[in-house]
Amino acid sequence: MDTLVKERIQVDFQNRMDRDELENCMRCGFCLPVCPTYIQSGYDETQSPRGRIALMKGIVDGEIEPDEDIEQTLNECLGCRACEPACPAGVNYGQLLEEARDIFNQNKQHSLPEKVIRKTVFEGLFPHQNRMENMTSLLTFYQRSGLQKIARNIGFMKLFPETLATMEKVLPSTPTRKEMRSQASYYVHKSQPKARVAFFKGCLMDTMFREVNKATIELLQKVGCDIAVPDTQNCCGALHGHSGEKEKAKELAKKNIAAFEEVGADYIITNAGGCGAFLHDYGHLLHDDPEWSERAANFASKIKDITAILIDLDFHLTPLQMPEQVVTYQDSCHLRNVQKTFDEPRLLLQSIDGLHYEEMNDAARCCGSAGIYNIVHSELSMKHLDYKMEQVKDTAATTIVTTNPGCLLQMKLGIEREGLSDKMRAVHIVELLIEAVDRRTSV
Amino acid sequence: MLDKSIIEQFKEIVGEKNVETSNMSLHSYSYDATPGFRKTPDVVVAPNNTEEIAEIVKICNDHKIPLTPRGSGTNLSAGTTPLKGGVVLLFKHMNNILEVDEQNLTITVQPGVVTKKLIDKVEAKGLLYPPDPSSINISTIGGNINENSGGLRGLKYGVTRDYVLGLKIVLPNGDIIETGGKLAKDVAGYDLTRLFVGSEGTLGIITEAILKLVPMPEYKKTMLATYADIDDAARTVSAIIENRIIPATLEFLDQPTVEVVEEYNQIGLPTDAKAILLIEQDGPESVVNKDIEKIAEICKELKAVTVSVAKNEQEATALTTARRSALSTIARLRPTTFLEDATVPRSQVAPMVKEINRIAEKYNVKICTFGHAGDGNLHPTVPTDVRNKEEYHRVEQAFAEIFEKAVELGGTITGEHGVGAMKAPFLKLKLGEEGIRALKSVKQSFDPNNIMNPGKMFFEEEEKGE
Ligand SMILES: Cc1cc2nc3c(=O)[nH]c(=O)nc-3n(C[C@H](O)[C@H](O)[C@H](O)COP(=O)(O)OP(=O)(O)OC[C@H]3O[C@@H](n4cnc5c(N)ncnc54)[C@H](O)[C@@H]3O)c2cc1C
Ligand code: SF4
Ligand code: SF4
Repeated sequence: MDTLVKERIQVDFQNRMDRDELENCMRCGFCLPVCPTYIQSGYDETQSPRGRIALMKGIVDGEIEPDEDIEQTLNECLGCRACEPACPAGVNYGQLLEEARDIFNQNKQHSLPEKVIRKTVFEGLFPHQNRMENMTSLLTFYQRSGLQKIARNIGFMKLFPETLATMEKVLPSTPTRKEMRSQASYYVHKSQPKARVAFFKGCLMDTMFREVNKATIELLQKVGCDIAVPDTQNCCGALHGHSGEKEKAKELAKKNIAAFEEVGADYIITNAGGCGAFLHDYGHLLHDDPEWSERAANFASKIKDITAILIDLDFHLTPLQMPEQVVTYQDSCHLRNVQKTFDEPRLLLQSIDGLHYEEMNDAARCCGSAGIYNIVHSELSMKHLDYKMEQVKDTAATTIVTTNPGCLLQMKLGIEREGLSDKMRAVHIVELLIEAVDRRTSV
Repeated sequence: MLDKSIIEQFKEIVGEKNVETSNMSLHSYSYDATPGFRKTPDVVVAPNNTEEIAEIVKICNDHKIPLTPRGSGTNLSAGTTPLKGGVVLLFKHMNNILEVDEQNLTITVQPGVVTKKLIDKVEAKGLLYPPDPSSINISTIGGNINENSGGLRGLKYGVTRDYVLGLKIVLPNGDIIETGGKLAKDVAGYDLTRLFVGSEGTLGIITEAILKLVPMPEYKKTMLATYADIDDAARTVSAIIENRIIPATLEFLDQPTVEVVEEYNQIGLPTDAKAILLIEQDGPESVVNKDIEKIAEICKELKAVTVSVAKNEQEATALTTARRSALSTIARLRPTTFLEDATVPRSQVAPMVKEINRIAEKYNVKICTFGHAGDGNLHPTVPTDVRNKEEYHRVEQAFAEIFEKAVELGGTITGEHGVGAMKAPFLKLKLGEEGIRALKSVKQSFDPNNIMNPGKMFFEEEEKGE
């Protein structure tokens, strides 16, 4: 990093970082024992929330110049935000991290290939649902045309890093474009709904994980919701926000807010912990935009996870049944730490007959998926995953339940890496609940 | 700056990856939990064992390089800020529990073991290691021993000092010595074990410790009493003990604390309460029930407004919420939180709290006081903002007067957080010139070159770092 860049970064830090928030950290260290990167690093202060905050503050105060080391420790943070609930002073670490990463990123000279990838992913792909569909249908073509088989047979994937190669194996079988297009438009009106909700589809959830979305709608119908699914909604922007592309995240946020204002529901339901948390943070994302801050806050206050509304509407009191099995639950970091939803999924699982719920040790610890962390920081991510799988194995569970697509893929990856794919499966909680409902009606 | 060749020598001793000199690392070990102090060290070294430490210490001693041992940096006295630069020594690789001896009821540990890990380990065997500072989830045993930390169970069970039986120590000249052992009785020579407990890293480096364990009490009960008059609360504390009952926990919150706790948490505390006592007893079930009944009676006699006894674990947790949320609530009021540590004899708790409130008014600062009523250890806590220089100055003045008052009432300037750099200017209040001279001669004989944690304990018109 040359001196000029460093100077620019420092000026941006001084102008943009929330000094009060930095000052709020009293360095008590209460966040250290819950931080996965701190633990994984063998208790290195530079890899801890307290350390990272001190480094950000150091740059603002001109005590230390921004350099590659600092950029790296900020990038290697999982962004799981487990440090937030642990903090007595209530420091909003996630917001500090997002801003700091954004500053580094904006002042960075990306290499040409990285530039192309970033542009494709952040501008070309995720903001455009139709392109997401295209990409997914490409994947579908790959899976169904026999290409996948061929690729596997000739060991094509061996050319890629191990994580990607394994990832290729565990991707869900995706819907065809026709299946994606033929979706019901989801407007379901009840005469006397128990709640009027709007559904946030999510970009990955609505393409790659289409089945999960279908199941979510079904469950919402079963508990008596009037469901609106605005079709002008788009990607939540989490990926952008967490990767230092804040301006694009803001654009996406505004479109979503406008889309959901039109339907005016009581709650906006999400089924992906990561998206839910980012939507939940729109208030902060747009807090200094006079035209949008209030609208954003209003939008944010309506965000509710599917598990929370199911509990609110007593879904867990209806009879549910499954074949005898042991299941365990992997918290979605953001669902737990940002949306504070952690009892609800457990309550739902415990209400199913035949199912033995085993809490795993450290269920709240990040599995290492963390957005695109498992691709960008593959090696570190796998260390977090290995620890996680040890805890899963200790429960003797045959089903791992998750509440976020990233975690779901990561757990599938974990199962594959452990060679357990014939004994163990990973599912999104709504898939399991639908199974339990179907089972109930068939017996 | 340290000579490159010395850093090379360190690398040879502990391995390349255990020596950090990057700006990032140096910055990250320049502070601890104490507001207002910071100083960048020259190098951060993480040794693997006692022998490596001895070699490092010898080099430091030969070249008069300052050396600051660091646990988790949770001390509140700037004890680990490397005020004179030099080496910060980490124990992150020395974090093993070496032995649990169920015959002698001892546990042998390395200094980097996190207190909670030790407590979990012994509780799984039905044993108890009583010292439980509020920082147990983070603090290390090395830090606990060097600060002589106390916890909520201090009244009945004592503090860290009462549980350290033996130590392995690297002295500032590089000698390795062992003190005490798994013995209940040992009068061979001076009691070096006790001397090193609470020595704040200024006399040597503790590399192993043998700690005493006690049987786990079989039963526990919790209660909460609220008062409209702080004197009634104080009288209750004395009356409980006069009645020959020593509760396991006897905690106190004053009105400013109750107010902020209630305002922010809405847990149903009476906002007109001038004081709250949280009381816990443990032991055999019949004794606990009898004690709690008697304590409830005493509370009522002494005009407690409400007395509630928890019927089960859940209710107990609900009652302890008030005490536990005190710090986090106060910490959210303003950017900077100063948690202080004045201690007075039990009988002086009420006068001291009133003095603190008077001082708060005098200097126009907000002071919330909570703490361990049973042992007179109070934590006057100030929510402020260090960036506001004028207010910060008033806070400093208020604290100076609080320490003076505490000593005047027969108390001390710190009950458990240590002197460090933060309270070095006040040590004289407690010890007098003669006392300081005695301490200095001890320091001098162990550490003539003043390499061990220099700038701590003894006041030298020290700057606060960078
Ligand atoms: C929110 C909060 C609550 C707290 N509550 C309590 C409480 O209830 N009771 C209480 O007593 N304290 C409390 N403390 C203070 C602090 O947690 C204790 O002093 C603790 O023992 C420090 O442990 P540490 O591992 O962080 O040590 P550090 O802060 O890293 O070090 C403390 C001192 O020990 C020295 N040291 C550390 N390891 C060694 C070693 N192996 N050899 C030689 N010297 C060494 C250091 O040089 C330093 O002087 C609290 C602190 C905070 C932030
Ligand atoms: S817990 Fe909060 S206040 Fe304490 S060090 Fe971590 S971020 Fe700072
Ligand atoms: S977000 Fe997660 S990984 Fe990052 S500092 Fe906080 S706890 Fe650690």
